[in-house]
Amino acid sequence: MAAVTIPYKLQLRREARSEYVFRFMTMAAALLVLAILAGVLLALLYGGWPALRTFRFGFLTSTIWNPVTDQFGALAPLYGTVITSLLALLLAVPLAFGIAIFLTETCPMWLRSPISTCIELLAAVPSIVFGIWGLFVLAPVLQHTVQPWLIDTLGDAPIIGKLFRGPPYGIGLLTAGFVLAVMVLPFITSVMREVFLSTPSSLKEAAYGLGATQWEVIWDVVLPNARAGVVGGIMLGLGRALGETMAVTFVVGNAHRISGSLLAPGTTISASIANEFTEAVGKLYTSSLIALGLLLFLLTFIIIASARLLLLRLEARGAHV
Amino acid sequence: MHRFFKFAGAVGFLGMLGGLAAAAIADDISGAGATFPYPVYAKWAEAYKQQTGIGLNYQSIGSGGGIKQIEASTVTFGASDKPLEPADLKQNGLVQWPQIIGGVVPVVNIPGIKPGELVLDGATLASIYLGDISRWNDPAIKKLNPTLSLPKLDIAPIYRSDGSGTNFLFTNYLSQVSPAFLKTIGANTSVQWPVGIGAKGNEGVANQTTQTNGAIGYVEYAYVKQTNMTYTRLVNRDGKLVVPEAKAFQAAAANADWARAEGYYLILTNQSGAASWPITGASFILVHADSKDANTAAALKFFDWAYKSGQSLAESLDYVPLPAGVVKLVEQTWQESLKVNGKPIWPAK
Repeated sequence: MAAVTIPYKLQLRREARSEYVFRFMTMAAALLVLAILAGVLLALLYGGWPALRTFRFGFLTSTIWNPVTDQFGALAPLYGTVITSLLALLLAVPLAFGIAIFLTETCPMWLRSPISTCIELLAAVPSIVFGIWGLFVLAPVLQHTVQPWLIDTLGDAPIIGKLFRGPPYGIGLLTAGFVLAVMVLPFITSVMREVFLSTPSSLKEAAYGLGATQWEVIWDVVLPNARAGVVGGIMLGLGRALGETMAVTFVVGNAHRISGSLLAPGTTISASIANEFTEAVGKLYTSSLIALGLLLFLLTFIIIASARLLLLRLEARGAHV
Repeated sequence: MHRFFKFAGAVGFLGMLGGLAAAAIADDISGAGATFPYPVYAKWAEAYKQQTGIGLNYQSIGSGGGIKQIEASTVTFGASDKPLEPADLKQNGLVQWPQIIGGVVPVVNIPGIKPGELVLDGATLASIYLGDISRWNDPAIKKLNPTLSLPKLDIAPIYRSDGSGTNFLFTNYLSQVSPAFLKTIGANTSVQWPVGIGAKGNEGVANQTTQTNGAIGYVEYAYVKQTNMTYTRLVNRDGKLVVPEAKAFQAAAANADWARAEGYYLILTNQSGAASWPITGASFILVHADSKDANTAAALKFFDWAYKSGQSLAESLDYVPLPAGVVKLVEQTWQESLKVNGKPIWPAK
């Protein structure tokens, strides 16, 4: 008997040890992410410190970006980043909502899978391709049709008129918003589709059984059930829009200026870094570009954190209803 | 446990492969820097490898990156479109010399105007980019072009948004000819433009200019030549009209006083001479004066070969070779001031 029990115990011990190693390795993998994140933050802080120390709060409030005199302020790229991303969401969210509703509720079965595959393929297109498309295809179309029309019809309107003035260059904040909208569309759509699909069919059937119309089912049953997921999807899209670099660099116009008009050229944080980092000479210049990176990091962090908070509150409220 | 050994073996094997790859690269000359001369350096490297078997690995990461890498000694040579000032050279123990010449050419898109028809001078160009001249039928432009019928069309200035040697040459020239430009904008690889829109790279500027009615932009000479854009003629420092072509750039380089420029710190813009194109520039190579890198001698051989046998290759890409007199000066500098571990390396054995 003894001859049998010893190998058995050995095997047990061996298994326990491999369990331990396995657990340790998975934990190490997770901790590595935290370490990388902290490392990135520290590296950005360290690199951006000379600029932050020199300009202090002026770095956030100044629109001057002058490599000749070594004066740097981040307001123009910050403004451009936020405006282009919001524009993208404004255009993409209603569209994504429509697509998701169509795919989950009203689309004939045979058409569902081809359409969703196409939308997912859109997400697989490299951003540089969107940039080239934006510059060579979209920009001329906007320049010759959409922008003159906007200037003629909305340019003289009170309040919002200011947003649509100036010469139609073809590229600028609006064009960047359009390109970003196409780029974030697949992300928002697929998240929305998933959460709409997760609505329990018993709930929907019950609503139909009570005589609800399709619209009523969507608005009163599917949507409240999917609220948290929809917000999550939008935030995912926003996160992607904020950091997008190459496509935006091609079409945003790359001007460190804030002009009221959406048709005017502007710049974003990531576009500025991509444009200028390679040829930036001088400590303060490179440091200012790294400080821009830090700002983008913090901006994205704040947005994702507030999205999480919003989701938590929505879920808490959902539980009480 | 044997699985773990398999894994360790695989890691070790990969490590060995990495070591082999590093050893293979170590034999190549390595350089990094300016993007503007990259096409010609790459072509030279290819031809040189065929002839001698010695490869050159050039990373076009931008002039700023090239300067940083040679200062950190991670490459054998750095390359920059903007020469370092003599004080900076001394401080970092570097030597620089011009390797190849190029130029910047204004291009326009005005209905009815053909390549080479429009004439501009430095002051007018500066006023356009300052936003002081905003229509094509402005009296200042009309005065330079009495025979052309210029439309009442808004000027859309297009500039290079990415930091580049092209920007540096263009703004350096405008700063020399216009006090107002020097005061409000100045010269650098990227500057704060008061008007206009920024496009990325030569192709971006070219594309934006061809798309926008009334646009003016500036691109590298090679780019104008290869895409048949509507270039302008310029009035140079001597008051003569010049057309952008290889001999006009070479004239600017030949007229410059290289012998008296300390550390070859010389920018070829606004040179005198009846035939000089005013926005001309050289691209520079940087090495350590006393290098620890044994490859430096091999790099000099390569650059010598490029001066002497690489001319037609450079011309085929529409770059302009350095005049022979300047080459002689440069090689004299190699002889006088370049060493590896304290020993002179030129002329090469």
